[in-house]
Amino acid sequence: MRLRDSYAPGALWRGARDNLGIGVAVSGYGAVFGVLTAGKGIALADMVAMNLFIFAGAAQFLIVEMWTPTAVVAEIILAALIINLRYLLVGASLRPVFTGRPLHHKALGMHLVADENWAVTMNGVARAGGVNGGAMPGPAHLLGGGLCLAAFWHAASAAGHVAGNFLPAPHVLGLDFAFTAVFLALALGLWKGRGDLLPWIVTGATAWIAAEMLPGKWYVLIAAAAGFAATVIQHALSGGAENGANGEEALSDA
Amino acid sequence: MPEAWSLTLDPLTLVIIGVAIGTYALRLGGLLLAERLPRRGPIAAGLERLPGIVLLALVVPAVADLGLPGLAAAALTAVTALATRNPLIAMVAGAGAIAGLRALGWA
Repeated sequence: MRLRDSYAPGALWRGARDNLGIGVAVSGYGAVFGVLTAGKGIALADMVAMNLFIFAGAAQFLIVEMWTPTAVVAEIILAALIINLRYLLVGASLRPVFTGRPLHHKALGMHLVADENWAVTMNGVARAGGVNGGAMPGPAHLLGGGLCLAAFWHAASAAGHVAGNFLPAPHVLGLDFAFTAVFLALALGLWKGRGDLLPWIVTGATAWIAAEMLPGKWYVLIAAAAGFAATVIQHALSGGAENGANGEEALSDA
Repeated sequence: MPEAWSLTLDPLTLVIIGVAIGTYALRLGGLLLAERLPRRGPIAAGLERLPGIVLLALVVPAVADLGLPGLAAAALTAVTALATRNPLIAMVAGAGAIAGLRALGWA
């Protein structure tokens, strides 16, 4: 199978077009990322490298927030990868899109998978077949969407980085709290219902105590482990009937 | 080994390389291991909720550090986020609240 069979220009373009609306929303977020990155004294070239090679918004915000010249490299890498563990499930859910494609087509298509173009393409997957349904979206739809989002993300974050150099000290504008506010807003968007209450209390309490007692950012990893354990135990105890429903819900509205 | 081999990388470059390789491995690994990953059940539920949990773990100590003004700004952020469903507007509200409290000398 030739590369063109998976990534035809017309299909790439359709994927890009379907992501235009969400791309505009992403650029607002990208501009904030650029401003905060400049505020941390991170060079434009380093930010561009992050955008090119990592391409994952929440993890990039986390890296910039945790970054200081004396930070422990392993702590930051681990915390960012824990945030990105969800891509295991995102990747798994994309199996129908890549059915029958050779490995190098899969390898090419997966790098630019973000939450946004994943959601747009999965929407097409859900509507494929059926009476009024269209064709199953292919890898080109996903990659076209990723390229569209990347274009917005690169442009907006570069603009934000340049503008950030002209803004007053981050402290004066409350930009140090901007990270916390973004993280809080994103976390609330990920709330899946009352079942999350107990794991969130466990996570918050563990983070608070661990941050008081331990140096550096280890509290992030410890609280994440505690919250994960609380979620798993709660779901294991709540039994089989609920598990099925939760599993489906988990994959459909991440 | 010659001295020239002791090539030192800037720590931020190391972070970017590590996260980039790891994230790509997770993306492609998920697709390649699709049949072996739990699609439902407790482990899948836990993995699915990790992003929210990690973000919360970052938020709580940061808010606690700022004390009462931090709590007020966090409450305003949360209300704005729930009302608008827009992280950007919520961020402006939260950061603006802290900036305002600082300008007034209350934070």
